[in-house]
Amino acid sequence: MILCRVVGHSVSTVKHPAFEGTTTLICQPVNEKGEARGRSFLACDSVQAGVGDLVLAAREGNTARQLLGSDTDPHHAVVLAIVDEVHVGDHVLTGPGPV
Amino acid sequence: MQLAKVLGTVVAETKHEALVGVKLLVIQPHDHTGAPDGPPIVAADALQAGTGDTIQWVTGREAALALPSTYTPVDCAVVAIVDEFWSDPNVQPPPEPGPAPAPKPKRTRKRSTTTRRKKK
Repeated sequence: MILCRVVGHSVSTVKHPAFEGTTTLICQPVNEKGEARGRSFLACDSVQAGVGDLVLAAREGNTARQLLGSDTDPHHAVVLAIVDEVHVGDHVLTGPGPV
Repeated sequence: MQLAKVLGTVVAETKHEALVGVKLLVIQPHDHTGAPDGPPIVAADALQAGTGDTIQWVTGREAALALPSTYTPVDCAVVAIVDEFWSDPNVQPPPEPGPAPAPKPKRTRKRSTTTRRKKK
């Protein structure tokens, strides 16, 4: 699971039928201090997350398929939790915050 | 799943029979700012995307699942044609790690100009 900040969303009309009705979010991986780390990726939403939220995402097909659809759907990444707080040492990273 | 821009198409006459009828596209993956992410790659397409389109693509086992025949030897496939994507303009990707510093040249001992004493 990857700690990410939702920085945007993507809208498509022509898409694989498995993606009908799902929201696609742009997730930017962050470290425990909230600093961006690595390239952003797309993940389907399963928890009604929005732009600015700190979330947990899984970039792994089996997890995504379990949460979003059947065994034969091409889901690869999914947002599976909205994070409230991350405590590392004395530092506290809060969830919905400035993006 | 990632964003990418379609650069062109690939035509291959001789190919695995499972790939017959599958369109192949050259795509350039990019992040939410439009900055390219890695080199261009070839993706299978079942949605009839065209050059210049922004698409979403998947890699791994899910690529084959996105095609009509799910037992196809591909590792990258188009799953959606993007109408528009929005991202917060204040969020910039972290800077690319620069190239590793060049190794320091090894010190070579200068040969002494004095002649060595011959062993007796």
